[in-house]
Amino acid sequence: MTTSTLFLNARVLGADSENVLVENGRIARRGAPADCEAVEVVDVAGNIMLPGLVDLHTHLREPGFEQSETVLTGTQAAAAGGFTTVFAMANTNPVADNAGVVEQVARLGEEAGYATVHPIGAVTEGLAGERLADIGGMAASRAHVRVFSDDGKCVHDSLLMRRALEYVATFDGVLAQHAQDPRLTVDAQMNEGEVSARLGLTGWPAVAEESIIARDVLLAEYLGARLHICHVSTRGSVEIVRAAKARGVCVTAEVTPHHLLLTEEFALGYDARFKVNPPLRTEEDVIALRRAVADGTIDIVATDHAPHPIDTKDCEWDSAAFGMVGLESALPIVNKTLVQTGMLDWSAVARVLSSSPAEIGKASSAGSLGEGAVADLVIFDPHASRVWSTSDLSGRSLNTPYAGIELPGRVIHTMRHGYFTFHDGNLRDEALVAADAQKYGHLSSTQTVAKD
Amino acid sequence: MRHLLSTHDLDRDNAISILDIAEDMASFGHRDVKKLPALRGKAVVNLFYEDSTRTRTSFEAAEKRLSADVINFSAKGSSVSKGESLKDTAQTLDAMGIDAVVIRHGSSGAPHLLAHSGWIDVPVINAGDGTHEHPTQALLDAFTMRKKIYGEDSRGKDLSGVRVCIVGDILHSRVARSNIWLLSTLGASVDIVAPITLLPHSIGAWPVRVWHSLDDALASGCDVVMMLRIQAERMTHAYFPNAREYGRFWGLTAQRYRRLNSETIIMHPGPMNRGLEISSEAADSPQSLILEQVSNGVFVRMSVLYSLLTGAKGQLA
Repeated sequence: MTTSTLFLNARVLGADSENVLVENGRIARRGAPADCEAVEVVDVAGNIMLPGLVDLHTHLREPGFEQSETVLTGTQAAAAGGFTTVFAMANTNPVADNAGVVEQVARLGEEAGYATVHPIGAVTEGLAGERLADIGGMAASRAHVRVFSDDGKCVHDSLLMRRALEYVATFDGVLAQHAQDPRLTVDAQMNEGEVSARLGLTGWPAVAEESIIARDVLLAEYLGARLHICHVSTRGSVEIVRAAKARGVCVTAEVTPHHLLLTEEFALGYDARFKVNPPLRTEEDVIALRRAVADGTIDIVATDHAPHPIDTKDCEWDSAAFGMVGLESALPIVNKTLVQTGMLDWSAVARVLSSSPAEIGKASSAGSLGEGAVADLVIFDPHASRVWSTSDLSGRSLNTPYAGIELPGRVIHTMRHGYFTFHDGNLRDEALVAADAQKYGHLSSTQTVAKD
Repeated sequence: MRHLLSTHDLDRDNAISILDIAEDMASFGHRDVKKLPALRGKAVVNLFYEDSTRTRTSFEAAEKRLSADVINFSAKGSSVSKGESLKDTAQTLDAMGIDAVVIRHGSSGAPHLLAHSGWIDVPVINAGDGTHEHPTQALLDAFTMRKKIYGEDSRGKDLSGVRVCIVGDILHSRVARSNIWLLSTLGASVDIVAPITLLPHSIGAWPVRVWHSLDDALASGCDVVMMLRIQAERMTHAYFPNAREYGRFWGLTAQRYRRLNSETIIMHPGPMNRGLEISSEAADSPQSLILEQVSNGVFVRMSVLYSLLTGAKGQLA
């Protein structure tokens, strides 16, 4: 049975309106005539069409922390935010450090169908930073892991980092480093500076991030290995990455939406919704990070979506958990901080939120709106402004830092593999999405076909 | 003013008003019958998450002299993982119908959270939170300085022109923070003496003059020298090499004491490490106001409780 959807008047990558025909899960025709035959016709009335967003840094929390999020609820949040592909971090319980866990997470993603889930494998066993995890086993598993990270913890031992870079490269993977010198950040609570000193909260100095990045780009350069830096948060880190790229080091970097918008001043009320790792920094850092995205020093925006139950945020700052949810709000924040400021156009947004993360993570089917490409796409109204609230969230946890802040733009539709996951501002029904996923899941082939 | 959470957010008028009411409390304190009926029928909870016999006893004495009903709630182990959450404790107290909370907590910001979370709707008094602030200590210190300088003419005065030298672990000290803000608000100038390891990295943003030599700082002339308690565990975390070296460079030794101008006031928030940050000769000298600080602590806490709970003074509302 043929299924088809004709999108009328879509501004693809922000360009002039055109019609786009989707058939059998793929982009069948760009610039299609308005009267061409389709089962469903959707007039998107001049809103922006982007390739489905790809998040290289998501915490889905399953297995082990299902009170915070599950693969199902996390990918529902993804769909609500316009994401069709997410890379799930390894800090679950048990840790995703072997083929069994990554295959389980991938399978849960396939069954739910709201987004393509690529599990990230741990670099070290149990994230303990002592012995390498089953990197080859995870790479060769049905989950086809290509990104490895101990995120939440830094691979800080220099020899282990060297070996990990080499061993991950052996399997065509990339190591995503959480850059944080653990000794310089003992009990750290927020950015070290005038605000932390005044509030009496232990500081997390910028140099604890920058010194690790400096070491790691030197190691990557020496070894000729590929390195990805998670959630860059300081101006100094940007300078190190910029200099490394100029020398030809194979390094990529990400920034989170919250580091593009929020500053350490938000800690002044001891509201733990603003507690995150790495911490919110200064205005100067925010400006440097935005510029770095604009000039390509930072390759991608990734959410670091980190759901937590309310009790772990509704408490004393130093007892509270680190992290904030971010999938649903990512595109409005990129709109606010990079598009409305004139730093990025929509095709560059597609690059930093879709094609580049897909490329870094080797998600070959994602990130394109070309004819023949798998039909992962999002329709975004950039002008529909609203005051953000927890009712804008679709995941299980409510720890958004943006409640009460006006954010511009709204995701209207999200389509994965030719079927809607989010339609007309609402999540589509679980059972319908799961049924469609069974029909079209094979299009992102790495999920279903072992490639040894 | 509904709560007393910090001196950073305390303006000059409110600060002076608290000090002036404390003067009234002190005059009652010297009578034979020390008790006032001001807070009769009001229940005040002393919610102490950290051991602090001195501060808790001082608050308790202040509450009892004002005829409040005192409830001592000692809750060790504060974090979510260790037991009842702050939120649950607060709501429990609220359900009991209390009228004010005095809180001492190991987490910076816990009193702020209690005051602004909506869990409980009564005045909150910070009795020391983590490494953030200890506002009643700073108020009693300022009261003690003002009393020493102006005696019976203290009312309405600030500390303009007074030079205060604070010595020791500024980085971890809530007493130092509260004093720096309050003394600056009251017009005093503040000098800080410490090794760089015991200063916040961003000390340059604070309204203080920084010294790394205690001898140089003392020789430059100051009206008050305030010694801070040094915690033994700072040694094992490489803030300084050992106690002997700390005492040699940053302690108020007998030798340094003898070189002081005879008018210089010596203060210490207690409890003291005698022989480490302060010698007995200095601590027990006529220049030392350490015991006056303790007495005045009760009057200042009475003033704070009275001001917040009765709202009697217009300028305190």
